[in-house]
Amino acid sequence: MTFLETLLQQSPVLIIATPLLSAFLMPLVSRIHAKVRDVFALVVLGVTSCFVGLLASDVLSHGPRIYIFGAQNLSFPLVRILFEVDSMGVFMAIITVMLASIAVVYSWSFLHQQDGLDKYYTLLLLVVTSALGMELTGDIFNFFVFLEISCIASCALIAFWVDEGEALEAAFKYIVVSSIGALFVLFAIGIFYAQYNALNIATLAHLLQFTFLDKIVLAILLVSLGMKAGLAPMHMWMPDSYGRAPPSIILIIMSATLASVYGILRVMFTLYGNVLTTSLRFSLPAHVIIGWILIALAIVSILIGVIMALVQTDLLRLIGYAGVAEIGYMFLAIGTSIVALGTSYATVALHGGLFHILNDALDIGLLFLVAGAIYYVTKKRSLDDISGLARSMKFTTVFFIIGALAVAGMPPLNGFTSKFLIYESVYQVNPILSIIALLGSILLLAIFIKVLYAAFLGPELPELKDVKEAPRSMLLAMGFLAVFAVVIGLFPNLVLDTLVKPAATALLDHAQYISMVVGGL
Amino acid sequence: MIEYIPFIAVVAMIIIGLYTVVFRRNLIKIVIGISIIESGVNLFLIILGYRDGGVAPIFTSLPPGTSFPEGMVLPVPQALTLTSIVIGVAVLALMLSLVMHIYRKYGTLDVQKIRRLKE
Repeated sequence: MTFLETLLQQSPVLIIATPLLSAFLMPLVSRIHAKVRDVFALVVLGVTSCFVGLLASDVLSHGPRIYIFGAQNLSFPLVRILFEVDSMGVFMAIITVMLASIAVVYSWSFLHQQDGLDKYYTLLLLVVTSALGMELTGDIFNFFVFLEISCIASCALIAFWVDEGEALEAAFKYIVVSSIGALFVLFAIGIFYAQYNALNIATLAHLLQFTFLDKIVLAILLVSLGMKAGLAPMHMWMPDSYGRAPPSIILIIMSATLASVYGILRVMFTLYGNVLTTSLRFSLPAHVIIGWILIALAIVSILIGVIMALVQTDLLRLIGYAGVAEIGYMFLAIGTSIVALGTSYATVALHGGLFHILNDALDIGLLFLVAGAIYYVTKKRSLDDISGLARSMKFTTVFFIIGALAVAGMPPLNGFTSKFLIYESVYQVNPILSIIALLGSILLLAIFIKVLYAAFLGPELPELKDVKEAPRSMLLAMGFLAVFAVVIGLFPNLVLDTLVKPAATALLDHAQYISMVVGGL
Repeated sequence: MIEYIPFIAVVAMIIIGLYTVVFRRNLIKIVIGISIIESGVNLFLIILGYRDGGVAPIFTSLPPGTSFPEGMVLPVPQALTLTSIVIGVAVLALMLSLVMHIYRKYGTLDVQKIRRLKE
């Protein structure tokens, strides 16, 4: 066995262990020098990205991989934990490490004169660990543990600017919502264990009978993970914490949020994949009812997101509400693919939804970084206090235009591809839904044109005369996201064929996920 | 009937906790509510693993004559509960420190008055 093969075999655990152990090394490393600490954070994420890349190339060509902690063969009941990595988990892991690396580069300049940065980087790496863990694990209790780690670490990061009362308020809201959500996930896990004496996702999916208790568990899991993902009507923590956390870490919290979206996908398609087509009352199959509930919540999220974004004056909060709308688009696609399970446009909808996870991370992330850059140079949050920034911040203006057009789904950029897939497939279910979705996009465009005029064009304010362009590392981070947005927009098939389609296939083909564990081991 | 009492207690604790979180205005009471929900869930896990007359699931010190593994209480729920308790302590500490800082900034613990984040 070559070195590379050994590394590949151990990579699922190395992906978790590298950021986790480095997180606790961080306070020691930062004793040496601030520069060393900054570089160390990026190097750790670079190494993790290498492992993710190695694992991804293998999983995409050879199918799912299993990593066993504990007993290799089950002769009598032993406790062990499995990691099961398929193309879907790999897709999410790539998004997570990409967002984290960009956030670290951005943080270098954004926070360079603040203290407590050793703790900042420790927490940052912990959130990355938890998101990666949620995406790679094959054990539902393990999923809960990583979910709780992400709650605690993200909450501490939201309250990073502890001098501001608003940041504390947002952090408290976040921890109340997410810890109650996580406790109910644990309750659901308890019900599963009571019925099936198993904690492994594949084993549970194999044994699931869809009893009355299973229906309750499904409702609990959807509500609590939906709360963490920012789906309406429990979206209100999202604009609060995105509006008050340091913009450099919003990307990280976003990756934890997207990991919860992944949790819902895993629950719906894998855990309940076998029983989705059983019929409930009035000879309606379960997937139609659940799908329509998700679609209804998604439409509410889109409408609340855009309408509340219209009236905001605080730039970061405004983008936070746009983020709620984007989450709505993802769930619109997921709901559609569940309603239409088995038809060809269900697959198209799932492609659109998964692709939109990546595009949301890129576009909303880019807009947050731009808003952070504006805050960094002007120290102002409200759109009423800034004007005419395009004269002094040329690059930032260009990045903002790219991000705004991408969020609104304009053709040459990445948002267009995924939103087009979503409109196209949602139209098959009900044309009105796709009209609402289009309307939401148009309103988003209008909102960001308004921001463009208010913040970047217009007369130059006297107190903003000596504003300079954002520092180089921030421009670099924004540039990366903008380049990704343009490249993916011009060549969508690069990502669609290599990452998104295998991920959708892995989700729809739950039998393979189950047979990896139940059949062979 | 008597064997259902623990489950009734679990449901009661979760409902009391949720009521406290939703309707109480004092931040400390909200924290207490979350603690009660957590205890309810932990109690649920513990009673799942209980077996009438079972011994502690320590493999090396089983009393002579115990049937294995039927004579032991289930070890997995106990491991889950321990993990959950540890996590719960961390969440509790974090929430209380946030409450402390909020009190310093705002001078009150009433959620109605802590509303600087506008809609």
